[in-house]
Amino acid sequence: MHRYIPNTDADKKRMLDTIGVNSVEDLFHDIPKELRLERPLKVEGPLSEMEMTKHMKELTSKNKGVDELVSFLGAGAYDHYIPSIVKHLAMRSEFYTAYTPYQPEISQGTLQVIFEYQTMMSNLTGMDVSNASMYDGGTACVEAAMMAVEATRRASIVVSKTVNPEVRKILKTYMKFREVEVIEVDMADGVTDLDKLKAVVDKTTAGVIIQSPNFFGIIEDVVEVEKLVHENKANLIMSVDPISLGLLKSPGELGADIVVGEAQALGNALNFGGPHLGFIATKSKLVRKMPGRIVGQSEDVEGKRAFVLTLQAREQHIRRFKATSNICSNQALNALMASIYLITMGKKGLKEVALQSTQKAHYAFNQLTQNGKIKPLFNKPFFKEFAVTSGVEASHINNELLKNNIIGGYQLDQAYPELNNGLLFCVTEKRTKAEIDQLVGLLEVIS
Amino acid sequence: MRKYDHLIFEISKEGRKAYSLPINDVDMGKVEDLIPEAFLAEKEVDLPEVSEIDVVRHFTNLSNKNYGVDTGFYPLGSCTMKYNPKINEDMAALDGFTSLHPLQPEETVQGALEVMYKLDEMLADIAGMERVSLQPAAGSHGELAGLMIIKSYHESRGDLKRKKIIVPDSAHGTNPATAAVAGFEIIEIKSDKNGAVDLDALKAVLNDEIAGLMLTNPSTLGLFETNIKVIADLVHEAGGLLYYDGANMNAIMGLSRPGDMGFDVIHFNLHKTFSTPHGGGGPGSGPVGVRADLVPFLPVPVIEKKDDKYILDYDRPQTIGKIKNFYGNFGVMLRAYTYILTMGPEGLKEASETAVLNANYMMKRLKEYYYLPIDQTCKHEFVLGGLGKDSEVTTLDIAKRLLDYGYHPPTIYFPLIVNQAIMVEPTETESLETLDSFIDTMIKIAGEAKEDPNLLKNAPYNTLARRIDEVKAAKDLILKWS
Repeated sequence: MHRYIPNTDADKKRMLDTIGVNSVEDLFHDIPKELRLERPLKVEGPLSEMEMTKHMKELTSKNKGVDELVSFLGAGAYDHYIPSIVKHLAMRSEFYTAYTPYQPEISQGTLQVIFEYQTMMSNLTGMDVSNASMYDGGTACVEAAMMAVEATRRASIVVSKTVNPEVRKILKTYMKFREVEVIEVDMADGVTDLDKLKAVVDKTTAGVIIQSPNFFGIIEDVVEVEKLVHENKANLIMSVDPISLGLLKSPGELGADIVVGEAQALGNALNFGGPHLGFIATKSKLVRKMPGRIVGQSEDVEGKRAFVLTLQAREQHIRRFKATSNICSNQALNALMASIYLITMGKKGLKEVALQSTQKAHYAFNQLTQNGKIKPLFNKPFFKEFAVTSGVEASHINNELLKNNIIGGYQLDQAYPELNNGLLFCVTEKRTKAEIDQLVGLLEVIS
Repeated sequence: MRKYDHLIFEISKEGRKAYSLPINDVDMGKVEDLIPEAFLAEKEVDLPEVSEIDVVRHFTNLSNKNYGVDTGFYPLGSCTMKYNPKINEDMAALDGFTSLHPLQPEETVQGALEVMYKLDEMLADIAGMERVSLQPAAGSHGELAGLMIIKSYHESRGDLKRKKIIVPDSAHGTNPATAAVAGFEIIEIKSDKNGAVDLDALKAVLNDEIAGLMLTNPSTLGLFETNIKVIADLVHEAGGLLYYDGANMNAIMGLSRPGDMGFDVIHFNLHKTFSTPHGGGGPGSGPVGVRADLVPFLPVPVIEKKDDKYILDYDRPQTIGKIKNFYGNFGVMLRAYTYILTMGPEGLKEASETAVLNANYMMKRLKEYYYLPIDQTCKHEFVLGGLGKDSEVTTLDIAKRLLDYGYHPPTIYFPLIVNQAIMVEPTETESLETLDSFIDTMIKIAGEAKEDPNLLKNAPYNTLARRIDEVKAAKDLILKWS
């Protein structure tokens, strides 16, 4: 008998008697014999807790993460500080063992958390409304593209090549199946090439996707882009790093119609890539096109403020085959962590994180490019990431850094073959001057 | 419990703080000298200012307004709300996993890749499939990957006419929605009187334009499709593929495998069958498994073992592509991996057997008091039709009354083919005492419905919030605090 299964043999006997059968086997008479598995499953175990823990620790001993190594790697997943209270509060099991809040009377905790999350994400992005969260930044971008397609009834999406290559890959997969055209626009000096953008945006364009800070950490100037997009009655979709919004102008101020991004940096661990969370926020006029769960404020029969899932007519379980998104869940627990993070940091803390990341990234950039062997790839204002190149292969540099317990930058030629020997370094508030100086010293020798 | 009714914004006070950061040790001067002023925000973002204890009390109080599996019985049909073991949480929280950046060099993440490789192997054996991709983030995301694979498979063979997916009318809403998102046309077929696939209805729509059929087995009524082999043969003879929605896998682990039934593609719900918590609505994980000749179409990267090293293989020309950032919800995979290893092969089988036993016991006791539209041996769940045609009390009223007695109600109004549906899934982790007290409560409510229907119509009474005006929420559309 397994510890997670409380019924004893005597209990089972009583239940079988009530049902009126002799054995549990009799309850499987409806599965044809030839479909029965007549051997044990090929899975390991059972392991006791002690054995399990030992096994997992053997596995973690084969890993080395950012707690053991000093990381200068970003490119879509970020090593920002996570306050201690995030895990303590998010691990309250009333939160994590609950299902989707379909019974609002006993789910006010989750519902209020989401309502507060929506409020903060709206404020952060400068948008009217946010949903309850998406799987990740990549799929959030896809959903934004589909919103634009639905809202304009056009079937062409324009995306800048400075958008995270991983996100562009996901976009292309989805749009291929939806028969929506994806036009990629080239870059000039690390930013979206405005002339090339002008050449492709027209009255058939549903939406234009711009990331800022872009994949290279550079802040895109979207003033002209915004004019161009709206002149053509298309939607401006901006993908942003939420941490950067502690410092930079919000997409709302810049005229974006839909804002998406990856919110892992808000209090969520790297977790080898997931679970993270994506966010999507938009203007009121597009709220009915927005996918996923949305929480609204209402009242109970006694007139007390209460929260409830709303606008459900948009969702897959109502629309079925007429749905434009099949998304069912959100990343509620990750959104909870993001909320706790944003509340803990508050308006001053978020700004301080953004500021320290910027300052430290600029310090690293200045020090690294001082002696001339490491050269900037672009000459544009950046936030917490920057791209450089040298006469030495990027993989060689990273291998040498790893020998010194440093995780180096993202090797740019993986996604941009033309950026030979390019490395994208990320510096967050967690890095110290001493760590940056060590990186600079090592690169002096390696490059 | 003390009533707590504040939003965090309402307890914010200028000057309070809850964060701590080290002093910036690089002096780079003013930010305006680093980033042009035109890019900088003029105002600070409107976020709360509270002290640390405010944050702790706020979320602790909010958690008290929730109901989880740890609070009590949660017989939510089709959702498999089984106990979420604590050791799973401990394993997923190990620094050696949580601190891994997804783009680190492969040699620094061998332990993580090993977990994924082994979980792939074990899930493949549980389902009778060749390989499994762990990339999808949720069940509906797994469905989407599966249908993209089916589409790519037909196209790779030059079979370009196959643009239709058959979905039974008993299916979960995600099935037709997913088929639409994957670019298919949907053909819905009626179920027979037992909620099973109607073979004649199926035959009538099968032709060379059919890409596949989406099915779950046991069905959404909790009944095993005894004709599954015939169905599989019919679909395959017509050139289509058979898709398995893994929502109901908790009934068959170690007992029967979708692969052996003739299914070609399957998605799992690690957050249902494999005990990972639902998190209040996510994160889930919806791995997609396929038969041997469909392996080339799996999303990239696929984890392979090469010279005793695990690698991320992107070099797969027939892949559907990438459907999610990085490799999936790794933290959820760790919990499922821990669950499978702590259960072992016999434990998994016992889990399914007990889930089925519990459901049949509840069905037997409840059918005397509630309408049971199809009275036959069920698998891990069963569907009641409320109190029957003559009662003025609805399924919603019954669900709300259950809240007063401290239970999370079963799934209601699903599947759509049963009027006033109440879908009960007890899972294997509940004791006879728990089942009995829930059943006794349901019987009591059936009595209340006869004696005083209004008592139910106005329920719940004892919850922190009473019945909530959903129409007002949709009309006022207050979606943020201001």
